[in-house]
Amino acid sequence: MRYAMAIDTKKCVGCSDCVVACQTENDVPIGYCRDWVVEVMDGTYPQLEMEIRSERCNHCENSPCVRCCPTGASHYGEGGIVLVTENKCIGCSACITSCPYDARFVHPKGYVDKCTFCLHRVKKGLQPACVAVCPTKCMYFGDLDDPRSEVSEILKKRKHKTLIPEAGTKPQLYFLI
Amino acid sequence: MNSRRQFLKISSLSAAGLIFGGGLLDAFAENLVKKNPSHFKGPFDFVRTPTYCEVCFWKCAGWVYKDENGRIKKIIGNNDDPNCNGRFCPRGTGGVGMYNDEDRLKTPLIRTEERGEQTFREASWDEAFDYIAAKLQKVKKEHGPESLALFSHGSGGKYFGKVLKGLGSNNIAAPSYAQCRGPREVAFLATYGQGINSPENTDIRDTKCLVLIGSHLGENMHNGQVQEMSDAIDKGATIITVDPRFSTVASKSKFWLPIKPSTDMALLLTWMNVIINEELYDKKYVEKYCYGFDQLKEHVQQYTPEWAYGVTTLKPQQIRETARAMADAAPAVIVHPGRHVTWYGDDTQRLRAVAILNALLGSWGRRGGYYNPEKASVPHFKLPDFPKPSKNWRDAMGGKYELADLALASGVCDASIPSPEMSCAIKAWIVNGTNLINTLPNQANTLKAIQELDLIAVVDTMPMEITGYADVVLPECTYLERYDSLRVSQGREPSIALRMPAVDPKYNTKPAYWMAREIAKRLDLLDYFPFENLEDEIDWELQQVGTSLEEMQRIGVKRIKREYDDLYFEKNEDIEFDTNTGKIELYSTALAEEGFEPIPVFVQHPEPQEGFYRLIYGRAPMHTFSRTANNPNLTDLMDENTLWVNPKVAKEWDLKNDQYVYLENQDGIISDFSIKVRVTERIRFDSVYMVHGFGHADKRMKRCFGKGISDTQLISNVMIDPIMGGTGMRGNFVTFRFDNKKEA
Ligand code: SF4
Ligand code: SF4
Ligand code: SF4
Repeated sequence: MRYAMAIDTKKCVGCSDCVVACQTENDVPIGYCRDWVVEVMDGTYPQLEMEIRSERCNHCENSPCVRCCPTGASHYGEGGIVLVTENKCIGCSACITSCPYDARFVHPKGYVDKCTFCLHRVKKGLQPACVAVCPTKCMYFGDLDDPRSEVSEILKKRKHKTLIPEAGTKPQLYFLI
Repeated sequence: MNSRRQFLKISSLSAAGLIFGGGLLDAFAENLVKKNPSHFKGPFDFVRTPTYCEVCFWKCAGWVYKDENGRIKKIIGNNDDPNCNGRFCPRGTGGVGMYNDEDRLKTPLIRTEERGEQTFREASWDEAFDYIAAKLQKVKKEHGPESLALFSHGSGGKYFGKVLKGLGSNNIAAPSYAQCRGPREVAFLATYGQGINSPENTDIRDTKCLVLIGSHLGENMHNGQVQEMSDAIDKGATIITVDPRFSTVASKSKFWLPIKPSTDMALLLTWMNVIINEELYDKKYVEKYCYGFDQLKEHVQQYTPEWAYGVTTLKPQQIRETARAMADAAPAVIVHPGRHVTWYGDDTQRLRAVAILNALLGSWGRRGGYYNPEKASVPHFKLPDFPKPSKNWRDAMGGKYELADLALASGVCDASIPSPEMSCAIKAWIVNGTNLINTLPNQANTLKAIQELDLIAVVDTMPMEITGYADVVLPECTYLERYDSLRVSQGREPSIALRMPAVDPKYNTKPAYWMAREIAKRLDLLDYFPFENLEDEIDWELQQVGTSLEEMQRIGVKRIKREYDDLYFEKNEDIEFDTNTGKIELYSTALAEEGFEPIPVFVQHPEPQEGFYRLIYGRAPMHTFSRTANNPNLTDLMDENTLWVNPKVAKEWDLKNDQYVYLENQDGIISDFSIKVRVTERIRFDSVYMVHGFGHADKRMKRCFGKGISDTQLISNVMIDPIMGGTGMRGNFVTFRFDNKKEA
């Protein structure tokens, strides 16, 4: 099993609903977020282009954050989801420094926190909170090892990219372009 | 009544801090239900209760989930709801912040005057109601009932509306009309004999071409509409966006026309010219359904693409190409009517041009164009007749704006300022859920009107600026803590939705229904409030349509089957439109009768003088109106507005990103606060842009006080639509200042 997410930059309007839904679902304290929206602009008026992306932890297949964690708090969970065990985390922040995507933060309670692909929901057969709420339905989630999952289907059909592929982390967050 | 008290009893347990495990609480509830099968109207399911969202007017239906401690955890869309399809927008998802906001109004307040200093003191509900009732009666006696007015937004307004009508006044106004969609309604009424209403009857889901003129879908998260636009993108629809700003949706469009602001009418007329002269219009449709084609054809000859180039700065080729793209997609094309269309004072005429263009393309009544909406009919309990008002706001306007089909908020405000022309002086305001200080344009005028009043009572959940001017402040509980009237929506399939309290009201706050009824009691108007509780009234209504409160508490939303299969016109169907000629009026006989142009004419609007820029304002998806700026969840996403400035302009003024500046408008008004500069290519060099709803001046809203600036403060040039009284607000120009002190 290999969980992955694909995000359609052609449909995302950057409303940040995914951010609020994640905050209420996962009790992310105000002032912090596990996902965020990026707008990239190019050109000069009136020849302009813009890409909007909802970003979060890439659940890298080859993740530096897991490799560098001294206590084993950062680890691979079900379907390759990268997780942090709260009570094993000593808050040393080595993983934060090693993540090229700036996907992690120190929770006010002292441990490192980040996106979990909402494993607690996925286990119940639900979609991650951000995917379920998105008004433009621009996010697709599922198992890449299952060729008929929504995410496999869409990646077959559409051109896509990952972020900073040169870092060699093998991200599992795909952006449809 | 039995039921209500029991409900309160249960919820007050959790409010008092008693924590039950989920199981225990459920068993407790079940027990109660068993004991009281017919009367128990509290939440059956303590985990999930239905609501419909109150953050904006789209009214998406959803579920409020509580955690094991009975505290509200999250709000999620209801899958059965046609308005939202199970997906809330960011503001709706962040609605919990409205409930959790510790700056909320907490208890009734009455203005006192102590040693020359005006302050508020806390009051009991009884005192507050006695005060209001006495004042209303006094004003009615001294000035007549028509001197009472209500400004309303959202659910609570209806209840106070009954009090007002019971007293003999129908001066009931909503800023959403004269400040937002009024011109569009009048324009479509004049053309098709039918307005657009809300949610819009645009068939975006199936369209092949969506034309947006200054309409920022996606930044204004009108939920169902944004969802359908996304579906249309999936299906490869062409989007044409006309906007001086590279908006979010411009970035998703095949064609972006970076038009010079205030010249949209020129483009619309030129599109008609191309479509008619290249014979791209729907000939059969126009012949069968339309009136006045020959006059229109002749009228638009003057508006050639080459002429439009000089006016709009859009290339003739671009104009022709987009006209052909629309015609290619026709009739599955929507020239979108927009929302918040009060721009330059000729807005009814501009929206008439939009309506006419749609008619030429044959999109009204066609799949992928405009569908025929249906609204559920829910009978209301028969009330005794209201006394007939002898005068209303219209009389105060001296025969102006005859075509407005609803009361004008700005008109009612004007009628509160004594003047020789006004025969109807308004003396008392009830303001429900609308922050008039930031909602009505021309703040100075609003403040002047307020000074003339004998009573201003404000109902709100937050200490908005307007509460600072009130004599009495009535703190309403949020929509998560109350029942409200049923949501009855129009759509492809009509639907009704229930809102019920998920938790007990926090602090000393109360539902508006209860407040209105308490005031009615003191004015001897209880005949208009036959139900002690709103839930009893809702239950009565639901039973008339074959359901019940109990069922709706379980399902939240009920879709009601359409009576007829008439979403679109049948082929060659004979249709009588509700206009003078019974046809779609390209040439408006109603406007001609009233002495207005029967076919829209392009009028040039003033341009900024040297060093000034047109002030354009709009929406951000995470905020709405001026009411969300203090919401902890939404402020977290965006806590101030920024000023978009083109790099060329920034260079000229030596402005840097993130620098704070003040703005001064053409009338010398300087913003109270400063705004952060955002240098971006996404805005034209002749304009600046900011998001509406910031720059709050009431210190009691700790999170948003002084953050960003208020566009409303800078809108002092208001261009009134002569046809329906809409307040055009895009004709203001600003320049940069580095302090906000007036030069000597
Ligand atoms: S995105 Fe960062 S935190 Fe997430 S798995 Fe990759 S390296 Fe680790
Ligand atoms: S998958 Fe879950 S945890 Fe990750 S960003 Fe989405 S909502 Fe947040
Ligand atoms: S569009 Fe958003 S704010 Fe408006 S009613 Fe729906 S969820 Fe609420």
